[in-house]
Amino acid sequence: MRPGDELELAEALRGCAGRVFVQGGGTRRIVAAVGQRIETSGLTGVRMYEPGSLTLVAGAGTPVAEVEAVLAGQRQRLAFEVPDLRGLLGRDGVSTLGGVAAVNAAGPRRVQVGACRDQVLGLRYVSAAGVVVKAGGRVMKNVTGLDIGKLLVGSHGRLGVITELAFRVQAVPEAVATLVGACDPGSGLAALRAALGSPFDVSGAAYARGRAMIRVEGLAGSVAYRVQRLRGLLGGDWDVVAAEDSDILWRKVRDVTAFAGREGTVWRLSVKPTEALSVLNGIEGEALFDWGGGLIWLLSEADMHAVVAGRGHATRMRGAGAVFQPEPPGIADLTRGLRAKFDPAGIFGGASISSGKED
Amino acid sequence: MDMPKPDAHVMAARDSIVARLRAAVPEGVISDPVETRTYECDALTAYRCTPLAVVLPRTTAEVAAVLALCHGLGVPVVPRGAGTSLAGGALPTADCVMLGLARMNAVIETDYENRCITVQAGRTNLSVTGAVEAEGFFYAPDPSSQLACAIGGNIAMNSGGAHCLKYGVTTNNLLGVTLVQMDGTVVQVGGPWLDAGGLDLLGVICGSEGQLGVVTEATLRILPKPEGARPVLVGFDSNEVAGLCVADIIRAGLLPVAIEFMDRPCIEVTEAFAHAGYPDCEALLIIEVEGAPAEIDEQLAAIKAIALRHSPVEFRESRSEEESRRIWLGRKSAFGAMGNIADYMCLDGAIPVSELAFVLRRIGEMSREVGLAVANVFHAGDGNLHPLILYDANTPGQLEKCEAFGADILRLCVEVGGCLTGEHGVGVEKRDLMPVQFSQDDLAAQMQIKDVFDPAWLLNPAKVFPLAVTASRRAA
Repeated sequence: MRPGDELELAEALRGCAGRVFVQGGGTRRIVAAVGQRIETSGLTGVRMYEPGSLTLVAGAGTPVAEVEAVLAGQRQRLAFEVPDLRGLLGRDGVSTLGGVAAVNAAGPRRVQVGACRDQVLGLRYVSAAGVVVKAGGRVMKNVTGLDIGKLLVGSHGRLGVITELAFRVQAVPEAVATLVGACDPGSGLAALRAALGSPFDVSGAAYARGRAMIRVEGLAGSVAYRVQRLRGLLGGDWDVVAAEDSDILWRKVRDVTAFAGREGTVWRLSVKPTEALSVLNGIEGEALFDWGGGLIWLLSEADMHAVVAGRGHATRMRGAGAVFQPEPPGIADLTRGLRAKFDPAGIFGGASISSGKED
Repeated sequence: MDMPKPDAHVMAARDSIVARLRAAVPEGVISDPVETRTYECDALTAYRCTPLAVVLPRTTAEVAAVLALCHGLGVPVVPRGAGTSLAGGALPTADCVMLGLARMNAVIETDYENRCITVQAGRTNLSVTGAVEAEGFFYAPDPSSQLACAIGGNIAMNSGGAHCLKYGVTTNNLLGVTLVQMDGTVVQVGGPWLDAGGLDLLGVICGSEGQLGVVTEATLRILPKPEGARPVLVGFDSNEVAGLCVADIIRAGLLPVAIEFMDRPCIEVTEAFAHAGYPDCEALLIIEVEGAPAEIDEQLAAIKAIALRHSPVEFRESRSEEESRRIWLGRKSAFGAMGNIADYMCLDGAIPVSELAFVLRRIGEMSREVGLAVANVFHAGDGNLHPLILYDANTPGQLEKCEAFGADILRLCVEVGGCLTGEHGVGVEKRDLMPVQFSQDDLAAQMQIKDVFDPAWLLNPAKVFPLAVTASRRAA
């Protein structure tokens, strides 16, 4: 079905008995698509944009590219660097805001500004029972009531159909520069941690294929100052890549282009930065590191759910088998309880998200 | 304000409840009515109620034992951090056990390489920074009560502060918690890594005002301290122009660490009290930026260029520590200065920055209609208003008049696209205004979350949700 607006969607869900799944552009789905498809392509459009309040509200089916173009017109952007995973996941299609929120997307700037969840000011969704619910709002600070929006963001379409999102946006900085240095993984990851622990406001810290990359953004003079201070702090040889050349480097990190078109299972691991190498001990595969080592992209056939248990979590982004890290019993109970409340008939998915099974 | 009738069975069983609490936490139970009175209110002092008993556990295991016991007996529990809530978030009921976290103030682990710290939830906000500042780190959320308020309370209210324009609020700086549920179940939510594995339970626990569980330990993100900071003071001859200047600074991508706004009534009262030497003007902004000296100069030059386009009556730069101190002096004395001339009620609505001038003008008009003065001092960068309504608590009827006026101001905030509370929380204070912002469906969706965590509705009763909409759940 392709509802033309929120009310049509609500009505359709009220009369719905079997399984459904929500689809924006289908570019980043990692859970199973079972049952009837609900397309969000009728729920589109930027509904409010106030550059002076750093606020944008748009329908969940709005293409990310459209929003980015509107923001670019005012030299602003979505702060959390939306990854384009089409290459990695072998998809085509047009990424939408709803999909970005459903997976709580986050790019390299996660270390500085957080993920999608940190930039969503509010949202609207239609529940499994066909009830329209508003969560949060459109202001920067809001502690009124329980923060349901946090539950919906990152729920992979299992709690409700997001119809509208309000984002906090960010001005594009005047300058950007990236330090690039060749080094082994141990010293490279140590350099990333040292940079993130410095007062120089690092907005990207990645290591891939023998190179560490550290990004700073801001006013031109400030960027030049921090580049020089970071070079002093880290020692060794660092090249400086600026402006568009820097953006190209970070797009590759963001989109995991190194694994695009390659055969095999792709994992996304979230761990303590200092454990980035130790969790990979004895694992066969190829790894890329972002977030100072806190995020690992891994091409490997190992069962990373077992390896990472208790030290973070692993998500199977591509390949056959359970997607999510199995949850400990107490957390699994809460997840099950919430899903039973939000979706008693299980139209958005029968099995628990916590079992790690696709359904 | 209505509170539910105390449970007669619980009241009658007081002695046996106290005895069982004592068995669970031998050194930490207060039952003498003179001593329990200490806990009769938080910082919303207009409402008071002495709890049945107070328990001050030292460990997560003790908290779990107390909650399991109360759950079994059907006794409501009100958690309390440091009792600094301005919204009555820790107001006891007569039939409740108050669970105080004050003795749980230890640092469990500091981890500078992973930039996080794990503390017990009774630890004060400022002492978290205190534990890491020798290594050059700090904990960013800085509510103005930070000397006294507890991390557990900060998490319950998703507290903000003056610096959240740049660093975000509690939810953006919280990595994990140990949560004890009402039935005594202990769960670890999140941890020293960035992403949630499944549903973002941490995100809904933060800001849930003690409705879902009791946080006993928290892992917090710590940040490297900037090299320095410096404020400027800019005076304007209208609130409108000051508001436009704020919008232009934000839009330009400058990210000051704070943009504070004071209007004429506030300037006059604080000037008479603190003699900070503020200009005689309608509105002033205090804008602070961070970095190395050259970075500060660069940012302030850009801010100055923007401000000068708005013809300020004064643009005052600081050339020394002493001048910086004087710029902040009036702002930091504002609440004390108000308290010196009158009783006041501090509101906390948030609005879109674009509506600043309109809302301030409307508040001024309403103030004249009602006959109660209002002074505005607030975090302008993120639109979080703090109108202070001045009244006289000793004049019969003035408190009620003040509360009604406050409710009207909050309705105005919602009308222009904002919300009832930006950082203080709903508590009991704004509980009955929730339908102004949320439909019955919105509230039902929130309440179903509590149904999962606390099916018997025993935790922090009669807060957040209007009594009328929770009646059937509380009776069940």
